[in-house]
Amino acid sequence: MGGLLSYFRNLLGSREMRILILGLDGAGKTTILYRLQVGEVVTTIPTIGFNVEQVTYKNLKFQVWDLGGQTSIRPYWRCYYSNTDAIIYVVDSADKDRIGISKDELLYMLREEELQGAILVVLANKQDMDGCMSVAEVHQALGLDALKNRTFQIFKTSAVKGEGLDSAMDWLSNAIQNKK
Amino acid sequence: MAFKRDKKEEEDGGGNIFQNLEKTSVLQEARTFNDTPVNPRKCTHILTKILYLLNQGEQLGSTEATEVFFAVTKLFQSKDVVLRRMVYLGIKELSSLAEDVIIVTSSLTKDMTGREDLYRAAAIRALCSITDVTMLQSIERYMKQAIVDRNSAVSSAALVSSLHLTKVAGEVVKRWVNEAQEAANSDSIMVQYHALGVLYHIRKSDRLAVTKLVAKFKSGRMSLKSPFAICLVIRIVSKLLEEAGGEWAESPLFDFVESCLRHKSETVIYEAAHAIVNMKNTTQRELAPAVSVLQLFCTSPKPTLRFAAVRTLNKVAMSHPAALMACNCDLESLITDSNRSIATLAITTLLKTGAESSVDRLMKQISSFVCEISDEFKIVVVQAIRALCLKFPRKHSVLMNFLSTMLRDEGGLEYKASIADTVITIIEENPDAKETGLAHLCEFIEDCEHTSLAVRILHLLGKEGPKTKQPSRYIRFIYNRVILEKAVVRGAAVAAMAQFGAACPDLLPNILVLLARCQMDSDDEVRDRATYYHTILQCRDTLIANHYIIDTLQVSLPILEKALYQYLQNPSPIPFDLKSIPPPSAVADDHVAASNKIAAEGSISSTAPKLSKPQREENYYATKLNNIPEIANLNGPLFCSSEPVQLTESETEYVVRCIKHCFPHHLVLQFECLNTLNDQLLENVWVQLEPSEGYEVVHSIPCPRLQYGESASTYIILRFPDQLSATIGNFGATLKFVVKDCDQTTGLPDTEEGYDDEYMLEDVEVSLSDQIQKVSKANFGAAWEEAAGYCEMEDMYSLASMSSLEEAVANVTAFLGMQPAERSDKVPQGKSAHTLFLSGFFRGGQQVLVRAKLALADAVTMQLTVRSTDQRVAELITSTVG
Repeated sequence: MGGLLSYFRNLLGSREMRILILGLDGAGKTTILYRLQVGEVVTTIPTIGFNVEQVTYKNLKFQVWDLGGQTSIRPYWRCYYSNTDAIIYVVDSADKDRIGISKDELLYMLREEELQGAILVVLANKQDMDGCMSVAEVHQALGLDALKNRTFQIFKTSAVKGEGLDSAMDWLSNAIQNKK
Repeated sequence: MAFKRDKKEEEDGGGNIFQNLEKTSVLQEARTFNDTPVNPRKCTHILTKILYLLNQGEQLGSTEATEVFFAVTKLFQSKDVVLRRMVYLGIKELSSLAEDVIIVTSSLTKDMTGREDLYRAAAIRALCSITDVTMLQSIERYMKQAIVDRNSAVSSAALVSSLHLTKVAGEVVKRWVNEAQEAANSDSIMVQYHALGVLYHIRKSDRLAVTKLVAKFKSGRMSLKSPFAICLVIRIVSKLLEEAGGEWAESPLFDFVESCLRHKSETVIYEAAHAIVNMKNTTQRELAPAVSVLQLFCTSPKPTLRFAAVRTLNKVAMSHPAALMACNCDLESLITDSNRSIATLAITTLLKTGAESSVDRLMKQISSFVCEISDEFKIVVVQAIRALCLKFPRKHSVLMNFLSTMLRDEGGLEYKASIADTVITIIEENPDAKETGLAHLCEFIEDCEHTSLAVRILHLLGKEGPKTKQPSRYIRFIYNRVILEKAVVRGAAVAAMAQFGAACPDLLPNILVLLARCQMDSDDEVRDRATYYHTILQCRDTLIANHYIIDTLQVSLPILEKALYQYLQNPSPIPFDLKSIPPPSAVADDHVAASNKIAAEGSISSTAPKLSKPQREENYYATKLNNIPEIANLNGPLFCSSEPVQLTESETEYVVRCIKHCFPHHLVLQFECLNTLNDQLLENVWVQLEPSEGYEVVHSIPCPRLQYGESASTYIILRFPDQLSATIGNFGATLKFVVKDCDQTTGLPDTEEGYDDEYMLEDVEVSLSDQIQKVSKANFGAAWEEAAGYCEMEDMYSLASMSSLEEAVANVTAFLGMQPAERSDKVPQGKSAHTLFLSGFFRGGQQVLVRAKLALADAVTMQLTVRSTDQRVAELITSTVG
């Protein structure tokens, strides 16, 4: 009976999944958000604060928060951690200089109590750029090998070309539904 | 009790559902904002509660506000229109209280540029409230777009927000002038009005640009549909005309205002008429059309128009009495207007312009309804009466009777104070009215609920009562206060009685008995005062009584307090020297004189004397100077500071004012510099001084940095010459500085290297009055007798350039910088001889008393007698007067 009820609920998509998009400034978070929402590339400016949109992907409703990645705004990320189902962590694969900072921010964030149950998706973005790091290199640089007790997956994407986002979202939808 | 309150709420018709809100519980509820999914109805209600609390004056701490603010930001996930608009309001209210409010910048920017029109205007207003200078750059593009938006609500919101932003980022908003210009051509009258406001604000410091702006509207190249916009143009024009001085009679600008008198909107017509009658130097020909418009309004069926017209006429009654004659007839008919405010203004206007003969009739008319009008208008009436008393001294008995009836009626403190002030002014100005006036005041304090007024009147009785023919009659009134009133009033009454005891020897035995009774009082202060006065009066020594009761200690109390505190902190074997404390600035009389002047001009804006400003200024300088170590280390406290003297013309590149601060042995010159060039940054600004002989420059403290539009000070510390006669002189002065050219918009210097430059200033003049502090003496005669033992100098002078005694009195007083005593600065009319008494302290605390006997023949001759505790000071005064 209960299973039937939850089946209907999923069908209607009544409860929105809460997803945070995080990452350093200029990684492509806002572009990804609107790519997911309207399916187009929009011109963006550095996000001062946040954008919040409702995204429907294959009958599932997500409430997606894109938080600004500038140094001055990162401290406010934690204000939005509670009740988060999943985190999409975006990395600029072409920015080799700051991959270390990106790693630190990721590990710092994952230590938060409120995010212990959240699913993690890492997007190695900007794969269309010449000379960018490969998925494996990003995996290595972020130290994801050491990650334990966390449902996570890494994908290579190019938000501008729209590549890789679908497979990432498919995986995420499944992971969230399985978790229930 | 609870039942009672419930019943009361029922009576209120349901009552206010937000009445019993508590801050803590509402903040608790605000946590709901963090829940997902958001419940829009519930959250809207909670936000309303928060806004209600804030508007009721509830204070939120920074942490509390920030917490609520971040909770509110979560509500952006909801698409509910009503909730979103509440969120905007919440952000605006919290923007000044919470920290890190920039977090909603992106969300608001999106809403202001988005498709939902209901969001856009409100989002702009919220965005501008959270934006500071540094963030403004990032939203500038959107603001420019919003100003020229086709939606009038959006455009107006952007324009009004720009106007608010000029306070924090004037330079950035200046760049939006083209957009504002475009908005001024909008079809929407609201947008047009707001655009004009922004345009004017951007250009207001540039006279030429404003003139061009006005010309554009006038020529019809830009059509103004909004009456409010036209009113604004009229105001701008009248400001321009005022700045132009008298040279505007043929100006096209005036023609424009005049043409507005024939506009179809009543608002515009009134604004134009109001502007014209308030202009200076108008002739009858220019005034006539404006006055006739106002006259027409006086008979309008609309009360607002009648009120506006009569209020304007009332204000200008004294400056244009002749022009008003034409309206007298209409004003007469307004006396019986059913709107009491209009009637009051009509009557007071007539009182100001009317003849002496009509006073009785008008007063009767007012008294028929005076109890029905509000306090504010009663004060207008009182002020009209004050002006009348000064104009027609012979009418004082009618007016005084009227005032005393008003005093007995119900009324607030401000109203009662203005009546008491008027009575006191009349008493001071008109010796014939003194006894009746005092009698009225005595009667008033019998039943006065305002403690501060009772204390003031008791003090006045103590001062003036002993000089009347029959001092004994006031004693009963005063002693009644001791029996019936609260402690503060009792204390004042005791002090007033002691004045009588000291000044009237025949009353002394009775006073002693009364004071002895007061020694049994239950209040410490009253008992102390009674004991103090009783002991002094018992000595029956007029000199002591004079010293300790009539002319008491004359020192600046805040400085005395500070000096005593310092003395106690570092005890020294030398006894504390009271003379090192400067006397307080004597300002009371100046102030009464000033308020008389206002009243005589018939303005209705004068209010009861406020806290004396110079006193505060002196303290302000003292604290400011003390922050500079070189000055704080000088011997002795600040003795007195001069008024600022302009050392440049007012519209030059650099504006410099000099304030002379006098210390016991040093002179500190403070040069307040203002840089009016927006392409220059000045550094290391100092003044090169060529002091006259005997002066020695101890220190020069330069001003490190002087930006455009800022004012800062550089100081020079000089030691006074030992030879007193050398202290008076002129110092040549030159402003020296390093100039760095800089960018006009950012204010940042173009280069690191600057070049030296200088700017000639006018001479700094150090005069006698800079070194003397005014002191008021209530009983000059006694003080003069007492000073018989001091050094005395006497000399005769012929003041050839003076043609009247008044002029001579004013000049001598100003030259010496001393305080006239016993109202001797007022020369009775028709006298050919007069004696002026002056008192003051020379720096270092040397007392100086001056008696100047003036006689008028062809020119004024003066016999000047100086008594001082210091021979050299007396010599200095007699030698410099010549």
